[in-house]
Amino acid sequence: MTDMLDDDVTQAHVDLFSKFDPLIAMRRDLLATGVTDPFGLVMERVISPTVAVCNGRETILLGTYNYMGMTFDPDVIEAGKQALDDFGSGTTGSRVLNGTYAGHKAVEQALCDFYAMDHAMVFSTGYQANLGIISTIAGKGDYIVLDIDSHASIWDGCKMGDAEVVPFKHNDIEAMEKRLRRIPEGAGKLVVLEGVYSMLGDIAPLKEMIAVAKKYGAMVLVDEAHSMGFIGPNGRGVAEEQGCLDQVDFVIGTFSKSVGTVGGFCVSNHPKFEIMRLVCRPYVFTASLPPSVVATACTSIRKLMHAGDKRAHLWGNSRVLHKGLRDAGFQLGTEEPQSAIISVIMPDLERGAAMWEALLHEGLYVNLARPPATPANMTLLRCSLCAEHSAEQVQQIIGMFTRAGKAVGIIG
Amino acid sequence: MDREETSARIAALIEPFNKKEVAITDATRFTDDLEFDSLTVMDFVAAIEDEFDIIISMNQQAEIETYGQLVDAVTKLQG
Ligand SMILES: Cc1ncc(COP(=O)(O)O)c(C=O)c1O
Repeated sequence: MTDMLDDDVTQAHVDLFSKFDPLIAMRRDLLATGVTDPFGLVMERVISPTVAVCNGRETILLGTYNYMGMTFDPDVIEAGKQALDDFGSGTTGSRVLNGTYAGHKAVEQALCDFYAMDHAMVFSTGYQANLGIISTIAGKGDYIVLDIDSHASIWDGCKMGDAEVVPFKHNDIEAMEKRLRRIPEGAGKLVVLEGVYSMLGDIAPLKEMIAVAKKYGAMVLVDEAHSMGFIGPNGRGVAEEQGCLDQVDFVIGTFSKSVGTVGGFCVSNHPKFEIMRLVCRPYVFTASLPPSVVATACTSIRKLMHAGDKRAHLWGNSRVLHKGLRDAGFQLGTEEPQSAIISVIMPDLERGAAMWEALLHEGLYVNLARPPATPANMTLLRCSLCAEHSAEQVQQIIGMFTRAGKAVGIIG
Repeated sequence: MDREETSARIAALIEPFNKKEVAITDATRFTDDLEFDSLTVMDFVAAIEDEFDIIISMNQQAEIETYGQLVDAVTKLQG
């Protein structure tokens, strides 16, 4: 047994924050160059899905993941107001206690209808959906095989559970197969993939990857956060587009992008899926979404089932922006537009931040992504298009990029 | 395969990743001495997995800080 300290002795104080010193220094150096803090922007007023006021200036929004522009849809807003009146501002409880209202059941039914699946489970965020499902279904002795470029919520789900975690090189079918082949016989296997990878906006070869996963007896989870509503014949995502949705055991999605509110979900045809509601801790031990949120989500999801025109316009925007930026001389994340994300590769963090700020001064907001969140430690300006961006706005955006790119010296 | 032979094969695999040509001993640390970042770790681990036809899960990687620990782990994983 160790001795207690004498009354007159104290040990040296260890500041738990010292581990953040390198990041604090990096931020200080960046801000010392005089650029606006790219992670401290405030939207003072929001005028529409594509325009807000930032620093007193009207700004075109090109980094919101509000793909289908549902945030100001009149039916969606009306449903939210009605639910506020009828059910109040919050549930103050867990889904498994006092937090399941009619609206939660209705939005789960809307998801079952949207995906044509038997079960849907709504979480308070998409982050929690990944955290909860992955950590709960893959347990001790099981193996999770996942793409190295997976979203933080997938990694955190792996970390929270007790399974063995085995990553493979991004979108590399052979690397994935090698790892599946080496897993001891009889072990449970979960392959985790994404439809669209949000850093570069590239899609996964899901059909081939899922076929391999199934050959090795694995279950498959696909995060379709960035494809809902506009990829696949019914907007069910990349797996539907590639004709392999029936092979996917679990689809994870979010309300925070195409649906235009907040929340997350998992849909599945697994016959025992409902047991998740009792064993999945990030579902049980947190309060459910407010009634207004599930009402807006439900209305939005049902409208997304019939949004063919919006979808076509969104794809048109994506193609025009991709071509415009490429012709202007920018280096992009994909050769062809594969999603509604167009990622512009910056030479380094300093010039990336300078470009981000120059765009903001032009009146354009994009996402700045920097290491270590990015693949290959790239600095990226991520543009996400909206079905509500007009053709003129897209041309304006190309003009802003061209002017800012020349000013910062990124293009000639 | 015994520890010595395993060590020789890992030493050969490490060479292309050992940019600064650090002299490798059992005590050499991957992050502190060889300055491996997460991308290098992924490629290096994949090379070892392919060479020995094994899996080194992230859980196991978390326990491996030095070259010697890696050789021990790979020797053991080959059964
Ligand atoms: C691939 C992916 N999965 C999950 C999430 C989490 O979604 P949410 O914002 O609902 O927590 C996101 C968004 O940040 C994402 O990009």
